[in-house]
Amino acid sequence: MTMAQMPVRPTEPAPPVPAAHRRGRVARRRRREGLAGYVFLSPWLLGLLGITAIPMLLSLYLSFTDYSPLIPVTEANWIGLENYRRMFTADPQYWHAVRVTATFALIAVPLKLASALGVALLLNKTMRGISAFRGLFYLPSLLGGSVAVAIVWRSMFSGDGAVNSFLSLFGIKGEAWVNDPTWALPTLMLLAIWQFGAPMVIFLAGLKQVPVELYEAASVDGASPWRRFAHITLPMLSPVIFFNLVLETIHGFQGFTSAFVLSNGTGGPVDSTLMYTLRLYNAGFVELNMGYASAMAWVFLAVIGTITVVLFSTGRFWVHYSDSEER
Amino acid sequence: MRSKVRLLALIVILAIVLYPLLWMVGTSFKSQQEIASNIGLFPREFTPKNFSDGWHKFDFAFGRFFLNSAMVAILTVIGNTLSCLLAAYALGRLKFRGRGLWFAIMIGTLLLPGHVLIIPQYILFRTLGWVGGGWPYLPLLVPHFLATEAFFVFLMVQFMRGIPRELDEAAVIDGASPYGVFRHVILPLSRPALVTTAIFSFIWTWNDFFRQLVYLSDLKDYTAPVALTLFIDSTSESSVGPMFAMSLLSLVPVFLFFVAFQRLLVEGINTSGLKG
Repeated sequence: MTMAQMPVRPTEPAPPVPAAHRRGRVARRRRREGLAGYVFLSPWLLGLLGITAIPMLLSLYLSFTDYSPLIPVTEANWIGLENYRRMFTADPQYWHAVRVTATFALIAVPLKLASALGVALLLNKTMRGISAFRGLFYLPSLLGGSVAVAIVWRSMFSGDGAVNSFLSLFGIKGEAWVNDPTWALPTLMLLAIWQFGAPMVIFLAGLKQVPVELYEAASVDGASPWRRFAHITLPMLSPVIFFNLVLETIHGFQGFTSAFVLSNGTGGPVDSTLMYTLRLYNAGFVELNMGYASAMAWVFLAVIGTITVVLFSTGRFWVHYSDSEER
Repeated sequence: MRSKVRLLALIVILAIVLYPLLWMVGTSFKSQQEIASNIGLFPREFTPKNFSDGWHKFDFAFGRFFLNSAMVAILTVIGNTLSCLLAAYALGRLKFRGRGLWFAIMIGTLLLPGHVLIIPQYILFRTLGWVGGGWPYLPLLVPHFLATEAFFVFLMVQFMRGIPRELDEAAVIDGASPYGVFRHVILPLSRPALVTTAIFSFIWTWNDFFRQLVYLSDLKDYTAPVALTLFIDSTSESSVGPMFAMSLLSLVPVFLFFVAFQRLLVEGINTSGLKG
């Protein structure tokens, strides 16, 4: 529901009662509604406080300590910026995880969006069976985040897995994929790209909104298909591209399950699939260095926040909102 | 002619996309020898042996892990739909002081990565005595009864904004309180949003791994995804078939939801996302 479609709230009806009386009743109703607002909001408020806000502050505090779950929180030693210093200057594995995550996001996200847009363009024609196609392309998005699919992926891309057997039919000797430091991360990316169905569905809905008259006018003017795509489709679709880009980027930074399963929790081979969240998990729950992991979490939050802000501020230059639509 | 090319391209892409899933189904029914020798989609000989082997592979039957998963997922569905509905009614329909601020905060938590909070939450739940013990599911469930899944609150707020205000006002003129309006107007009319929330909650919880990995440490409490990772540890040849069979079984509930609610799911991501 866009803003423009929202029903306009009618002005208060004026019942035939004295003004003073009416004000009293309206005020009482407001008070009652105000109270009810907080009654209905109370579970959420409790969650905000207990599950989100207090843990956030606690983790900020812990990031300046050497806390480990083996001791009570109150006995954690304050070590100032030591965790952050170690992270930035003395932990090569940390920077490695940053590189792996950045590479993953920079390559997998654009490829996933390009696949989504490409298939959406192919599907954006009225033809029979379109909803079946749409649904089947969407299926991997629904299943792909699971441990089960990651397990299948791991088997397919192992040295003697199905992919290599298939390649050998053409006389190609495949790589060791998940067991090869060069190819493990691309294999992980491919699993992410494979789930292009969700952004594709959103692209399809966006394509439906592009007015047909624009294409007709452009065709009359003799515009080639490529020019129509570059000058009509892309600009008209830019809000949707932007939405998908923000969502998939944030999503991409947080990939955990597939990296965990493909590397059996190690981020290997040779740390080649050590995603940030996997490093964070290992620091906190395997090495039991929760102070350090909390510092990692806060840097992670700051980076994701910064990237979101940067995306939104660059969005002003290339995202085109049509004038008729109120935003 | 061009439409034929287009259709052909779509079919080829679809075949590639669906291949891993189909291969998983086929391999689940192959015998141990055939898994090594036959990489094709179809087993030469169908055998259900992998399923019985996988089912009884660990000290507890796999059914137990599925039951644990189902329990967590169903309780999460109940928690999410209830608590997010209440919050959405307050934020979307009622007028009260501070509403704008709370709404802004709720939007802010939409993009908050769960990994940032996992450690302090773990400490908090452990301090409360909820981690480990006889029933270790409270840390997985309680957040969902407190509407922490902002995505669903947002989805329902958007939905409720589409319900005509005149209905509330007519009920108020008839003497209904905000609770009465909720009970008799908003609740019945929000059913589509509730169904969408319920389905997505179920699928996401069923597929969830990170939290379950953190909080479940005793084999008897394992959910299906955590139990599946046990197969990876034992990488012997003989466990590939059972691993595939159990993986396949674990996807069946999600697949059934997909078949039953395909249209709703596809439209769900549209209304919640694009038109947000």
